[in-house]
Amino acid sequence: MEIRSPAFKENARAALDDPQLRHALEHVKSGFIVKRAMAAEALPEFEKLRDSSKAIKDETLANLDKYLEAYETKVTESGGHVHWAESAADARDIILKICQSVGARTVTKGKSMISEEIELNDFLEGNGVQPVETDLGEYIIQLRGEHPSHIIAPAVHLARSQVEADFRRVHTHLPVDRDLTEPVTLLSEARKVLRAKYFQADVGITGANFLVAETGTSVIVTNEGNGDLTQILPKVHIVLASIEKIVPTLSDLSQVLRVLARSATGQDMSVYTTLSTGPRRAGDPDGPEQYHVVLLDNGRSSMIGTEFQEMLRCIRCGACMNHCPVYHAVGGHTYGWVYPGPMGSVLTPSLIGVDKAGHLPNASTFCGRCEAVCPVRIPLPKMMRHWREREFSRRLNPATQRYGLKAWAFFARRPRLYRLATSIGIPVLSLFGGRGRFKSLPLAGGWTRHRDMPAPEGRTFMQEWKQREAQKQGARI
Amino acid sequence: MSGREAILNRLRVALREGKDDATREQAVQARIAAAPRGVVPMRGRLPDDDRVTLFCAMAQKVSATVERVGSSANVPGAVAAYLRQRNLPARVRMGADARLGAMPWNTEPSLEIDSGRAQDEDLAGVSHAIAGIAETGTVVLHSGQDNPTTVNFLPEHHLVVVRAKDIVGDLETVFDQVRQTFGKGHMPRTLNFITGPSRSADIEQTLLLGAHGPRALHVIVVDGD
Ligand code: SF4
Repeated sequence: MEIRSPAFKENARAALDDPQLRHALEHVKSGFIVKRAMAAEALPEFEKLRDSSKAIKDETLANLDKYLEAYETKVTESGGHVHWAESAADARDIILKICQSVGARTVTKGKSMISEEIELNDFLEGNGVQPVETDLGEYIIQLRGEHPSHIIAPAVHLARSQVEADFRRVHTHLPVDRDLTEPVTLLSEARKVLRAKYFQADVGITGANFLVAETGTSVIVTNEGNGDLTQILPKVHIVLASIEKIVPTLSDLSQVLRVLARSATGQDMSVYTTLSTGPRRAGDPDGPEQYHVVLLDNGRSSMIGTEFQEMLRCIRCGACMNHCPVYHAVGGHTYGWVYPGPMGSVLTPSLIGVDKAGHLPNASTFCGRCEAVCPVRIPLPKMMRHWREREFSRRLNPATQRYGLKAWAFFARRPRLYRLATSIGIPVLSLFGGRGRFKSLPLAGGWTRHRDMPAPEGRTFMQEWKQREAQKQGARI
Repeated sequence: MSGREAILNRLRVALREGKDDATREQAVQARIAAAPRGVVPMRGRLPDDDRVTLFCAMAQKVSATVERVGSSANVPGAVAAYLRQRNLPARVRMGADARLGAMPWNTEPSLEIDSGRAQDEDLAGVSHAIAGIAETGTVVLHSGQDNPTTVNFLPEHHLVVVRAKDIVGDLETVFDQVRQTFGKGHMPRTLNFITGPSRSADIEQTLLLGAHGPRALHVIVVDGD
């Protein structure tokens, strides 16, 4: 998809001024957080399972070449084909060739963020193959010509009324006076429309949550069942997955499955966890005749061995964005590319370059909630800091920031001056702000445009600290 | 250089630092062969009866309906009654599964049985699970000559028969059985883990049952046999 990350600030401003979006984002704040907490609480071994999942992904990444080869051997043994794609363009070409080889006109698709990453839909359409998204959220997004705003809830930024309007606009074969006021009627309508598509499709493309080296198996985890209909009805099943999706064995799969659904939606297990190995077997009454796996690198192998390797542990549960105050405020589209929230802030610069995505690692309050909930314990704040350091050393951040930091550093290295400056600054600020809050502040318009800035109350941290220490000393004597 | 070689080479160079290739290869093969178990929750480790009870409770928690019958001979009656209660036509889609085939379907003469893969208009499908998982209320089914996967997804109502003695505590136990049945490193084409009827929360995060898969999942637990 078109990269809009460089415009992060403008995007954020627009998002903050959008009342409908603000309303929709409330759903993220309330729903996901509570559900995850309850699911984690209900399983005494949850924290241990997080450690175990982290260790499994670390082991896989430390020997990723070997596990990929082992996986490939197994896929081939079961009659499937593995295709290696270094870049997005390679992956698109491979997929188009497979589609063309069976004369495909319609392709159904299960939800896949990788497909967004390689901009598959536009490409297929441009080459005469009609892609149809079948996940309800993705379908809605496709009708609107938009992109997902969340990795597991792609349409979370939309209101029911918007979906109704889109269905009326597109499903013109249905009676105009039908009632679509309830979400359930919208769901039924999508179910009916998409049913026909599954049967028309020549090729079904799904992503993969995991690939198992022990057996050459691809695993998808869904709630709707669309991914399954996508892969069992057409003649050809293509799995589109990035190289880090590997886990060594089915035992390891058990571990990561236990943390995935709980972290994502607070379910103990998603409704459908489906393991697919090769094409249909002799005598099978259904299932695809061809089974292809497209393994996408697209920059990931270059992260191995760097300080960003740990990011490749990510199992795309979405918990970090669900718990992120910045995501809550600006929503997913603001991040300007496929992956939003804290995981996007770390991954996006790796995949598209820090020159384009430099704002993202700065979009953090460093509150640490993302790391606290990440099922594979990715140190997201630390990694955002890595990016900031790189950005600074490459002089990519704006002059005001650089001078600001330099000025701060000048004072920070001279404690007396620092104390003097702050002890003058604070009373001045509190004089203007009184005991309340600032509605506007010079040089801080970005802050005060959408929220107040609390006015400092009286004294500096150092002054408070000194006094407390003195009191403690006094108490001890 | 092909994409494959380029990707693998980059990884190799980056990973070689610690250990040499041969040592890593050996370690990886050994790990895959041993497939060590990780953390297995205590939740499912229960005496037989309690495990079945937990399975039923967990399945109900995710909006499946559950009924227990004393013997596989009662299954046809249970299927017919399910359809009657919901005013559905007395007709089901069913694979040629031997366990289902051995049941006395002639006791329900009005029940029509369509065999083979499911069709779009099927209202009810019956499958036999290879296992139930108590920790999550999940049923496990695999594809094969006599077990069309489409039966699990196309009909509006999916009825799944599972023997109480096949209900295990956890995922790991199921995978051990699959390894035993199909041979280590081998799998059926499709292995489905199904936990409740299909659902979506994509519109305003409102949870709705019946997305693209079945609107209802009915689990029939066979206690006897
Ligand atoms: S970074 Fe962690 S919390 Fe965020 S999506 Fe990935 S696995 Fe989930």
